[in-house]
Amino acid sequence: MDSDGAGAQTWQQGGPEGGGPAVAESASPAGVPYAPREAILEVRDLVKHYPLTQGVVIRRQVGAVKAVDGISFELGRGETLGIVGESGCGKSTVAKLVTNLEAPTAGSILYKGEDVTRLSGRALKAVRRNIQMVFQDPYTSLNPRMTVGDIVGEPFDIHPEVAPKGERRRKVQELLDVVGLNPEYVNRYPHQFSGGQRQRIGIARGLALRPEVIVADEPVSALDVSVQAQVVNLMERLQDEFDLSYVFIAHDLSVVRHISDRVGVMYLGKLVEIGTESEIYEHPTHPYTQALLSAVPVPDPDAEAERTRIVLEGEVPSPANPPSGCHFRTRCWKAQEKCAREEPPLTVPERFAHAEGSAHHPSACHYAEERDPIGPE
Amino acid sequence: MTQTQAQSPPPSSSGPSPLLQVRDLHVEFHTRDGVADAVNGVSFGVEAGETLAVLGESGSGKSVTAQAVMGILDIPPGRITGGEILFEGRDLLKTPAEERRRIRGARMAMIFQDALSSLNPVLSVGYQLGEMFRVHRGTSRKESRIKAVELMERVRIPAARARANDYPHQFSGGMRQRIMIAMALALEPQLIIADEPTTALDVTVQAQVMGLLADLQREYRMGLILITHDLGVVADVADRIAVMYAGRIVETAPVGELYRAPAHPYTKGLLDSIPRLDQKGQQLNAIKGLPPSLLRIPSGCSFHPRCPVARAVCRADEPPLYEVGTGRASACHFWKELLDGQ
Repeated sequence: MDSDGAGAQTWQQGGPEGGGPAVAESASPAGVPYAPREAILEVRDLVKHYPLTQGVVIRRQVGAVKAVDGISFELGRGETLGIVGESGCGKSTVAKLVTNLEAPTAGSILYKGEDVTRLSGRALKAVRRNIQMVFQDPYTSLNPRMTVGDIVGEPFDIHPEVAPKGERRRKVQELLDVVGLNPEYVNRYPHQFSGGQRQRIGIARGLALRPEVIVADEPVSALDVSVQAQVVNLMERLQDEFDLSYVFIAHDLSVVRHISDRVGVMYLGKLVEIGTESEIYEHPTHPYTQALLSAVPVPDPDAEAERTRIVLEGEVPSPANPPSGCHFRTRCWKAQEKCAREEPPLTVPERFAHAEGSAHHPSACHYAEERDPIGPE
Repeated sequence: MTQTQAQSPPPSSSGPSPLLQVRDLHVEFHTRDGVADAVNGVSFGVEAGETLAVLGESGSGKSVTAQAVMGILDIPPGRITGGEILFEGRDLLKTPAEERRRIRGARMAMIFQDALSSLNPVLSVGYQLGEMFRVHRGTSRKESRIKAVELMERVRIPAARARANDYPHQFSGGMRQRIMIAMALALEPQLIIADEPTTALDVTVQAQVMGLLADLQREYRMGLILITHDLGVVADVADRIAVMYAGRIVETAPVGELYRAPAHPYTKGLLDSIPRLDQKGQQLNAIKGLPPSLLRIPSGCSFHPRCPVARAVCRADEPPLYEVGTGRASACHFWKELLDGQ
């Protein structure tokens, strides 16, 4: 019954072998400062607009929901890039675009230098194998009529070259063992598992094809607090073990800080600030990042008493009709006339361009200013 | 589950009779698979102007406790098998249904997690808010509409007069939750129970709504029971915390002391397992295993299969709620070691 936790602790090396990427010099242990790595994934000016139509017989486009509106980032090998933002900011659309579940309106996604958006047929299939996804809700993302063995083994139907027919069952059992589930559970159905165990099944499925990149969209937000930590620890261990690169999408800023090397902050379809974990959390320069961080409660009344809150007015505008200039200006306490006129680019702000130190990272604000919204004043 | 009789009420009840006093509450559910013991002897008190946070994971019994207090438990399959719920001195479990209905909404009110499914989609919010006055006070339609607009202004909904005609789906999540708060406040109740009021909201909106709730509570001097799974939200607003596990309160303490020095291994485990915004953590110390099924609660201390300090006695004897300090209690045989070790 509690293989969930016990498995996590008794897990040992020597899971699936062969087929996958060679385990290179494994990712840096936690706590070591971040150093740039070779990029495995490069996203350039990615745009996704969903058309809004009117009329039944004669449909015409009356506008577009600008879910993702020109974002660029890189993902290094063995790195975790966290993407945070509130609901409706476009972070889940980014996940769908990167995993090729949706076609972008414009922009490119380079996987090892090759533009994925232009690929089709066999070449696309090969790339898809290497970029896998773990979904948010382990209750709806597993087919209730399939056994765990079929769910985890299904990727092999599409990519039979990874595991020949006779070997599949053994492979599936190895995968279950790797994620800390009892391999004897292959014939059970999803409803026989708890939320945390189901998410382990989802992770096993994501790992089946031995991908190099895993895009995880809110992988722990549906789980109970005491189980979240187990799954986060599992993901970290698997990353070291298989040299995985993660795009970790979540709204929980504490979890993202814990797991990420670098973090990008999204607002209304755009990245507003991106940098290493400590640049974003300790030296944010964009007012939205500062407000977001200051809104997160810390489970420590003493620390809480010393903080000052930035409480934002209003709510996120509709992505069908975003404000002119800087998208954040309607809720920003620093907004000037310039912000309505000119859209700030995502670059290192001029005043920090020549400065050494942690404020030197891209931030899309005309009036960028360093501020620590977490610690005491 | 038989309960040891000598369970002492929590120390907080020692003051002059509190607003709400729950004593040894037992609730079970009859399911196809057997009897689920959802609440197993819960006792707590709330005073006027006080915020009690009830913290627990899913299946800990926190929402069922709230529903039992409100009198909105689904019976069947649920059944209250024992205990007392004293509200302003009278036992609600012995109060006739008709009278309870008059208390509900007027003297005690509830705020739910999901405002969209708690509001009626085919009635305007102004009408639904006004309903409180029409039903409970017999106020005229015109008068109740004016009051509804006042309420919307009080929860800081912009352009309240115009928006009173709008339907729930026309509001954003944060605004809908404000309407829920307005509805709960309408008749100025003595007690509000908020069940995960901000869980469905984004962090920036969550901060707005929690701030509003705290302000209004202070203004009206209401008792507030805040039910949540989020250790962060609670730290800021609660006076006291009761931690629930498998249908029992395992620890109660003033909020600061609970975070500084937890006296129960489950509380300590929870605090150690969450990543913190203000710290770049190493490996998280996860609690091993899963919360137990309520159909088969472990013998003795229900936390013992997951507990790092469990010994033989924990399997055999259910620990009572020991008084471990002023206003503090812990249901752990080894609370002393735990506190001394910190």
